[in-house]
Amino acid sequence: MSDNHNHGGEHHPDPLSYAEARTKAIESLLIEKGLLSTDAIDARVQAYEQDIGPLNGARVVARAWTDEGYRKRLLSDGTSAIGEMGFFGAQGAEIVVLENTPETHNVVVCTLCSCYPWPVLGLPPRWYKSDAYRARVVIEPRAVLEEFGLVLHESVEVRVWDSNSDIRYMVLPERPEGTEGMGEDELTSLVTRDSMVGVSKAKSPALTT
Amino acid sequence: MEGELALPRRNGELVFAAPWEGRAFGIAVALNEGGVYQWRDFQRRLAEEIAAASSDEEGSAYYERWLASLENLLLEHGMVTREELDARTSAYESGELDD
Repeated sequence: MSDNHNHGGEHHPDPLSYAEARTKAIESLLIEKGLLSTDAIDARVQAYEQDIGPLNGARVVARAWTDEGYRKRLLSDGTSAIGEMGFFGAQGAEIVVLENTPETHNVVVCTLCSCYPWPVLGLPPRWYKSDAYRARVVIEPRAVLEEFGLVLHESVEVRVWDSNSDIRYMVLPERPEGTEGMGEDELTSLVTRDSMVGVSKAKSPALTT
Repeated sequence: MEGELALPRRNGELVFAAPWEGRAFGIAVALNEGGVYQWRDFQRRLAEEIAAASSDEEGSAYYERWLASLENLLLEHGMVTREELDARTSAYESGELDD
């Protein structure tokens, strides 16, 4: 951290943009007046940066878990079923949804670049774009999944799907045990981005607060 | 928050293109949670700012609209005056004030 800052000597930062200066002006005035604290602002920024995930995809998954008809439509025509939920715009590509089961585990990659079902998952995380993930998950998927903390029984078949400009894949993770009484909203909170790429399972309700 | 009122997300998570965007976001949310105003009051102003602006597919100007909405709400609630806000902004822009 000290590499990026020189607190000694003369300090000539770039001039602030209007938006930067205006924001600092608002923040400093509100703090001086006792209307807000720096801590309160920090807390909100952090919560939203870290805690809010790819909700569109999570809603699709929770709907599929609770509505058998929707699940079937999702698996037979992902693009249309996702469109039913109001999520569009995969740059003309089809979205194909792959269902994870106790026997089969699907995981998604784009070996050429970083094709990704962004209407449901946002833009891809850094690791999805990394050379290491793109090259290795095809060759040794189990080893890569283990690095994500997912150890699969040897009886489970692992299928790796290579996205491209025409087809974007999304994984429908298994519904966790112990969620029988849960409604769609509650279930949505269990669905992580990683579980929809296939590098992890959906969260267990026992592990959430 | 849906459609254009939804927050720009990247990597499936909320991100801020510059630190000031995060601050502007945090101020608006913290004031709302402090009971200073109803979120729908902020959203209405934001919707108006967005409607008044031209199309912006990348969301680059989103937080400028957010900031304008926040400022208008603060002025309407008398929490700051335009004079002190302008004076303080100039002080930061000129480098007279440095954090």
